Amino acid sequence: MTILPSTTSPDRRPFGLVGLLPWLFAAVVVGYAMVVGGYAATVVSFALIYAVFVTGLNLFMGFAAQVSFGQNAFAAIGGYLSAVLTASHGWPPLPAMLLGIAAAVLVAAIVGFPTLRLKGHYLAMGTLAIGLITYEITVEWQSVTQGYMGISGIPPIGIGPYEVTSDRGQLILLSLVVAACAFAAARIRRSRFGRALSAVAGSEEAATALGIEVARYKLLAFLLSAGFAALAGSLFVHVVGFVSPEVFGLHMVIVTFTMLYVGGIGTVAGPLVGALIVSLLPETFRAFKDYQDLAYGAVLIVLLIYAPRGLASLFSPRGRS
Amino acid sequence: MSLAAAATPRAGTATPILTATALTARYGHIHALHGVDLRIGEGELVAVLGPNGAGKSTLLRAIMGLSANGGEVRFRGDVLPRNDAVAVAARGIVLVPEGRGLFAPMSVADNLELGAYRLRDKAEFTRRRERVLTLFPRLKERLGQAAGSMSGGEQQMLALGRALMAGPKLLLLDEPSLGLAPRVTGEILETLGLLNREGLSIVLVEQKAPLALELASRVYLLSLGRIVAELDPRGITSHDDLAQHYFA
Repeated sequence: MTILPSTTSPDRRPFGLVGLLPWLFAAVVVGYAMVVGGYAATVVSFALIYAVFVTGLNLFMGFAAQVSFGQNAFAAIGGYLSAVLTASHGWPPLPAMLLGIAAAVLVAAIVGFPTLRLKGHYLAMGTLAIGLITYEITVEWQSVTQGYMGISGIPPIGIGPYEVTSDRGQLILLSLVVAACAFAAARIRRSRFGRALSAVAGSEEAATALGIEVARYKLLAFLLSAGFAALAGSLFVHVVGFVSPEVFGLHMVIVTFTMLYVGGIGTVAGPLVGALIVSLLPETFRAFKDYQDLAYGAVLIVLLIYAPRGLASLFSPRGRS
Repeated sequence: MSLAAAATPRAGTATPILTATALTARYGHIHALHGVDLRIGEGELVAVLGPNGAGKSTLLRAIMGLSANGGEVRFRGDVLPRNDAVAVAARGIVLVPEGRGLFAPMSVADNLELGAYRLRDKAEFTRRRERVLTLFPRLKERLGQAAGSMSGGEQQMLALGRALMAGPKLLLLDEPSLGLAPRVTGEILETLGLLNREGLSIVLVEQKAPLALELASRVYLLSLGRIVAELDPRGITSHDDLAQHYFA
């Protein structure tokens, strides 16, 4: 009687294997790109970089249920600091990357402290402004960013003489980074901090009444999210070797939101699955020529109708929000 | 003879765990509390009764520091900070809010764990959890289930259990009987009585007066944001007595 899996306690069901499916899917896609190389490798590399960004976005929007339309600002800070320091000042990539992340987190702290007092739509508007302001700065501060022209000649990631230049090398490196990020997200989810975020997501007032410092945890999630965004921005410029304002523009906000919701907001595997699907879908429909965007849009709509909590939630024991 | 004149003797004898003086609260321009004075004795179970919209929930929220408020609240002699529910919770005042405030998608076990969020002592945590699961055996059967998928009664048990996980010195309960079947309500109130006899101080806000009157040692009547009477429940024999005060 006691060991019967019942519908009333879905958590008790053995879900191990099914839960692995999203990761298996990701491994197959990356493996395929590794074998084929070329254009496929480039598409999947970009998808993995997006996965890092969306994993961070998910900490703030999924785990803590807040809204930010401005995380692209932190990707821009990380990306541009990496680009300027390496291409214009001859820094090695790793220190530049670390400084970029530190700077983004610092800016997030300065901006987040007042902004996170906002809620709902107001928080969305406030964060959107952060993204727009950063975009304008990258356009107008020409002496440093070279405006629309952008910065080229950014070296690939590497230590000393060892540089990751090949498609496959980059795929391996990015896969490791994404795995580390997903692992971190999973650990955070199960930690005391993660439970506090879930409580904040559930009800800020109830969380406060239990003695959980809501404002502090929201800020922490925001800072972590900014750190992931800056890492993604920095990875992007080193992989591509070029950066311009458009890279971190409004388009990035829309694409990453799509990835988050298609993949499964609040889940651990969702950001990676979403990043891969949303990056690959348009490519799959290339044969449709003029109707490519139509097919892409139609598939997104179907996905969100039949998997409203995202693809990854189909494989998790309880679609936790 | 007015019932207020028959105010209970226990109020004066017990050392207060909580005193509120000239407590006010408002939402924007609407005043919900107009200078409430109350006193809760150590180990006392005090009921706050009143019609819908009297300000009962606001009163609990104001004590907790969740509503903008004026006036002063003292807990065991110390003035409580205003608008800082986290600090109030840290002193050992726990609110079970209207509608229970459970984390619906999270499991029963996770909800209980969040109740003891401030507790770092593992042994004490296990002890409290055992205690809660002994009080509410039904929660034990449902530890892995999402809180939101349980019946109303079970959810109220969880809300109470989660509050007990915090190790409260003073428990503020906002209409625990709301939407529950009489039998379940009885069960929950019985548990409250037990906890109170063990020494826990409780403020119970209710609309269903008869239930609260059985348990409480003292009753405040709240109407339109003011305390209109302080009563000895033993002195209230009929519903009409109460009604008189509501409409006074």
